[in-house]
Amino acid sequence: MADAKPKRLTFQDLILTLQNYWAAQGCLILQPYDDQMGAGTFHPATTLRALGPRPWRAAYVQPSRRPKDGRYGENPNRLQHYYQYQVILKPAPKNVLDLYLGSIKAIGLDPALHDIRFVEDDWESPTLGAWGLGWEVWCDGMEITQFTYFQQVGGVDCDPVSAEITYGLERLAMYVQNVEFVYDLAFNEHFRYGEVFHQNEIEQSAFNFELADTEILFQHFKDAEKQCQALLGGNKKMALPAYDQCIKASHAFNLLDARGVISVTERAAYIGRVRALAKACCEAWLQSPQGAYTPRYG
Amino acid sequence: MADLLLELFSEEIPARMQGQAAADLERLVVGALSDRGLMFEGVKGFAGPRRLTLAITGLPAKQPDVKEEKKGPRVGAPEKAIEGFLRSVGITLAQCQKQNDGKGEFYVAVIDRKGRATAEVLAEVLPEAFAKLPWPKSMRFPNSAVRWVRPLHSIVCTLDGEVVAFEFAGVKSGNTTLGHRFLSSGALEVRRFEDYERKLRDAHVVLDAAERKEIILHEVKQKAFALGLELIEDQGLLEEVAGLAEWPVVLIGKIEDQFMDVPPEILQTSMRVHQKYFSLRDPKTGKLANRFALVSNMVSIDGGKEIVAGNERVLRARLSDAKFFWDQDRKRTLESRVDDLKAIVFHAKLGTQYERVERIEELAGEIAKKIGGDPAKARRAARLCKADLTTGVVGEFPELQGVMGKYYALHDGENSDVVAALQDHYGPLGRTPTSQNAVTNSVALADKWDTISNFFKIGEKPTGSGDPYAIRRAALGVVKIILDRRFRLPIATLPRYSNEIMGFFAERLKVALRESGIRHDLIDAVFSLGNETDLVRLVDRVDALQKFLKTDDGANLLVAYRRAANILKAEEKKDRTPYEGEPDPELLTLAEEKALFVEMATASELIRAEIERERFVDAMGVMARLRKPVDAFFDKVTVNDKDANLRKNRLLLLSRLRATLHLVADFSKIEG
Repeated sequence: MADAKPKRLTFQDLILTLQNYWAAQGCLILQPYDDQMGAGTFHPATTLRALGPRPWRAAYVQPSRRPKDGRYGENPNRLQHYYQYQVILKPAPKNVLDLYLGSIKAIGLDPALHDIRFVEDDWESPTLGAWGLGWEVWCDGMEITQFTYFQQVGGVDCDPVSAEITYGLERLAMYVQNVEFVYDLAFNEHFRYGEVFHQNEIEQSAFNFELADTEILFQHFKDAEKQCQALLGGNKKMALPAYDQCIKASHAFNLLDARGVISVTERAAYIGRVRALAKACCEAWLQSPQGAYTPRYG
Repeated sequence: MADLLLELFSEEIPARMQGQAAADLERLVVGALSDRGLMFEGVKGFAGPRRLTLAITGLPAKQPDVKEEKKGPRVGAPEKAIEGFLRSVGITLAQCQKQNDGKGEFYVAVIDRKGRATAEVLAEVLPEAFAKLPWPKSMRFPNSAVRWVRPLHSIVCTLDGEVVAFEFAGVKSGNTTLGHRFLSSGALEVRRFEDYERKLRDAHVVLDAAERKEIILHEVKQKAFALGLELIEDQGLLEEVAGLAEWPVVLIGKIEDQFMDVPPEILQTSMRVHQKYFSLRDPKTGKLANRFALVSNMVSIDGGKEIVAGNERVLRARLSDAKFFWDQDRKRTLESRVDDLKAIVFHAKLGTQYERVERIEELAGEIAKKIGGDPAKARRAARLCKADLTTGVVGEFPELQGVMGKYYALHDGENSDVVAALQDHYGPLGRTPTSQNAVTNSVALADKWDTISNFFKIGEKPTGSGDPYAIRRAALGVVKIILDRRFRLPIATLPRYSNEIMGFFAERLKVALRESGIRHDLIDAVFSLGNETDLVRLVDRVDALQKFLKTDDGANLLVAYRRAANILKAEEKKDRTPYEGEPDPELLTLAEEKALFVEMATASELIRAEIERERFVDAMGVMARLRKPVDAFFDKVTVNDKDANLRKNRLLLLSRLRATLHLVADFSKIEG
């Protein structure tokens, strides 16, 4: 006999369920990228792989850092470090929305009980020179997913077009577990989210807003920019290490922004500098084998 | 007669684009049909979250046959030219006719074009029409060579129940569609509009947006009424939610008590902007009620319990955020925020918001002195008027600028005139009445004038297509305040005034006065006298003129004016000399010309005096007295006398008449 009331998924159950679901759809289950970044889109498995003709299907959790969103552990749903679950399907399959709705069912949101809607929300990342059209997916008025058909990345047309699905995991878990304060989430049966991350939010918020040494950060930015350009200069075209530097520059900029030391006009200029790096990386990637590999021993 | 059913079924179309898309589709298809001689009886277009539908009735089975004549080269023209012509029309020389146009013979190809079957034409023109549909934003998607708003999934195209086969955006047309995303399953086979509409309804899709709106409005009102409440109407929101649900179901949720002392504007805005909820109010007190109406797209198996609970939870989080900002914002005074404006750039060439506020402050004080406001209060209000831009609530909801300024100023204990000015200085907006508070007016005028004059100064003028800084609206606001309050504030006395700005204002004035029925040509007639930048005086004068022209005397005088002006124009042209100057009284021979001369002399004096005293109606009254002598003059006096001296003198008399009337307005600008 099945339980009359399904057990609410813990935070890690949610991740595991999504992993299994997307694995069954033929996605590579990749691991988080080991650089600090603002969103799962920055992972080269999305940014770079969305470009060029080669098919690609991947899913992964990406820890995401948005220094400005720090609230010292006080806000019920805003975090400067949180998790995104990212799916990239290239080319976008025709039934991609049905696939997506399957994932929603898998995590226990029954469309027969809820009001699920696709509300226009186009996505743009000025720092990546990327944009796409899509929706935010609403479940009972709550945004649970960002869905985007990539049109451009690094200023280059995406051909074929990929579908990108981004779940905000904490928010989704709060909805599924009926929790109001993010730190109260059951991470698993034994630990709360707060036990894992509350202290981190307090200390990192202090770092982001008060303690980060801006001189060092400005230097980081310059160094990363310089290194990135050096890796792409001449005939080197080292797209992947150069892109790492682009990510680092972007994060340094986000921290400087949180520290409030970048004026409105400078802000646009900094974003433009990161975008120039991203664009150059994307172009270099397109001139590279783009991951092509022939098995050495057949 | 055949009926066409057409449906383009895609993933969710943005609500804001649906209505226009349906209209565009109808326009393009109708255009393509009539271009090919296919007339019809009726057409109806529909749009919804996932489909654009077009139903056309009474199409013929085939195009009419047409006979087409194409003119070719002359008989005996070079062979190459004739060959080329034959190739282009696809017939042989023997099939050509010869015609004569009087200058010689030429070849004519008479082509009998048999009308093609309508279905065949449709298959050709529909994909072309679809490709032209101008989505505000469209996308590429796999397996499609054309862009569409979102991936296209299926096309229904039937003519009298039979599929019209074609392909568009990688999709083959057919006769099946889908119903509601969650409340129906499997494909629906459709043949014509009637069964299409019915089958969709059975599959939980209301095709017509107008009907969806009706359902929503009706349900919201009914559910509100049951709670003793009423809907706060919001047409924009209604349009939007009708584009977000194929099967609208209205549910009522509750706002928690802890939020009910947050300003209602914040609650309402948060609910509308973020959640697309309708606000309700108590009809007796007019106060915002602790309930909201949401429009879902679902008949859920628990009657909406989970949906309402979920929405309430989301709203709680939203309002917690808003309440947090509201509480935080009040920890600092507006005064203390003024300095923060130094960090916000208003415009690269016009400095920061702080510099802007300094200018507005100075000007508001000056204006207040002239319009009877308290200069100190006006300066105070101006100083604080943009401070709310730095608050959390306005950061979250920019449309609450001004309103929030009011709340924070109240909290800071600012003077009540200052509080009012903070709230209302963006006005008058739309149809809201102009504030009767001189402090508010001073700040509003100073703010708007600062924008207008500075953007003109740096060359950022509004153009036909664009007005990114809303300068037209600002000018309209200035006009409205000055006229509604009858402020004697010649705009030439304001800083950075230029003739260009005055010209711009004259245009705005026409727009502003169009609704009150004031003729634009009369504004031109008065405006072109120049030097009038006192808008109240200008409009009074126009008003008096318009009334005068409606009288017998006025209409007659206008006719006389034109007669005089025409004669002068003709004679001046003939003689190549302008006739201007004083007529010689000694040369006035006839009684009628003497009388006119005398009447005009008196009238000129009087008109000048009345205008000086701004008694424009009286000035018109004086003018009216000229009618009789003018009529008599034209009756009895021949201007073009044989005697050159008499002729010249009479022409000067007419020029005198022209000049006298021009004291009031440039009558040559009057139309009709």
